[in-house]
Amino acid sequence: MPAQPDAPILAAPVPNAPALEVPILEAKGLHAAYGETKVLHGIDFAVRQGGVSALLGANGAGKTTTLRAICGMVKTQGEIRFAGERIDGSATEDVARRGVAHVPDGRGTFLELTVEENLRLGSYTRRDRGVAADFERMFGYFPRLRERYRQQAGTLSGGEQQMLAIARALVLRPKLLLLDEPSFGLAPLIVQEIFAIMRRIRADENVSILLVEQNASLALAFAEDAYLLETGRIVIAGPAAEISQDESVRRSYLGY
Amino acid sequence: MEGVLHQVLSGIANGGIYASVALALVMIYQATHHLNFAQGEMATFSTYIALTLINFGLPYWVAFLITVAASFVIGAVIERLLMRPMMEAPVLSSVGVFIGLLLIINACSGWFFDYTIKQFPTPFPSEPMLGGYISGHELGSTAVTLVVLLAVYLFFRHTKLGLGMRAAAFNPASARLVGIRVGFMLSLGWGLAASIGAIAGMMVAPIVFLDPNMMAGILLYAFAGALLGGIDSPIGAVLGGFAVGIIENLGGAYLVGTELKLSLALVIIVVVLVVKPTGLMGRAVQSRV
Repeated sequence: MPAQPDAPILAAPVPNAPALEVPILEAKGLHAAYGETKVLHGIDFAVRQGGVSALLGANGAGKTTTLRAICGMVKTQGEIRFAGERIDGSATEDVARRGVAHVPDGRGTFLELTVEENLRLGSYTRRDRGVAADFERMFGYFPRLRERYRQQAGTLSGGEQQMLAIARALVLRPKLLLLDEPSFGLAPLIVQEIFAIMRRIRADENVSILLVEQNASLALAFAEDAYLLETGRIVIAGPAAEISQDESVRRSYLGY
Repeated sequence: MEGVLHQVLSGIANGGIYASVALALVMIYQATHHLNFAQGEMATFSTYIALTLINFGLPYWVAFLITVAASFVIGAVIERLLMRPMMEAPVLSSVGVFIGLLLIINACSGWFFDYTIKQFPTPFPSEPMLGGYISGHELGSTAVTLVVLLAVYLFFRHTKLGLGMRAAAFNPASARLVGIRVGFMLSLGWGLAASIGAIAGMMVAPIVFLDPNMMAGILLYAFAGALLGGIDSPIGAVLGGFAVGIIENLGGAYLVGTELKLSLALVIIVVVLVVKPTGLMGRAVQSRV
């Protein structure tokens, strides 16, 4: 759990107080562009050790691009620090090897391969002996993956694929999990089920999370800190609880 | 009846060669969605390396292994130096590079080893086997081909590296996200394809004799096999290669005559593209949303 859950984090991602521990992820003045098209215009945000931050915003605000920027999938400027070290400019596979697992837009499932092979790929870079035990733990969270273990991943339902994507990311034993719209395209009941499991994962796994969501109420209930993106700029930053209470923010930005 | 059996067996022997080359084509196709037109010339060049080593006095199987290893390195280096910079390029640019590669390697084979037709030794006994239906070399080369195909299958199915290579081929973006070095996997794939091609070259050279254009016809049969089986299915490509070998031999003996055999490959290519472009085992990925 975060050291100071009540500390407000406004505009500056983390207060400059030296007493605070180093955030697991911190971005300062982050710009990103696809070719000539600039998508992020210098944003600041952070994820605390063991904490959950949510990135909210409408379609095209730059949420997915922010996650891609962290993983070196787009050209960036500015500073990205992971556990205190600069990772901006790193190759995607090197960011993953440092312990950043990314469940991308569209889930990134290896559709042609089996559930088992997808999980093996998740743990591809690990050399320790705990992989089998981690698979078992994933089956504890997602029993349906055990039933579908030898099945081609392309034959899973959308919800099952989302579960597989999260399990695949977790068996990397990441320090930071990047989740891109886990609710996308799923029935409300399935979304609830997945978020219930995500709460257990938060409590049991030693992992910090950066969550991108269009479903703001869901994300604000799950996260401690939240950032609202609008056309590539962060317009609001603060504790999720405060943002979800703020009537005007809710009405003008979150639409519920 | 005896004649038919003889043609089928020797079709299987030829088909094994086509299957190997088809597999090499499909491996690179899966990873890059390009057909390596230079695959045949690379195999020819490798065969020349083997002949040079054998003439140098090395035992056949030592020369064989060195050739396989050297071909692996050459394939990986070609990928790294020539194909990697073309990764984001439009299809036609890549095709241009492949054709250039074909011409360059073909010319190098002629330049280094001259254009005269050469005999290539076989390590297998020369007398007929299985009651005279098949030559010792045909039987031996079929066995070698089957061992290679089995080894490749086991490698991709049951090793971590093989899984990583498949992941990099199917979904490079996701592969990077789990920490797989996709570029390195591509180099390995090219190396492996070049090694498989080299073995095919060494197995076919005693039958067709070695010259810089040795693989031109074989590449065409292999294309036909790969398309027939499904250009994105390794197992399909292998079965397609064997099928083309049998069709070629039977058709050549009873239908069109040996002079027109090669046109059978073209007929197969056209028919497959018109009737069933995915090939017999081409994968239509099942997906639910």
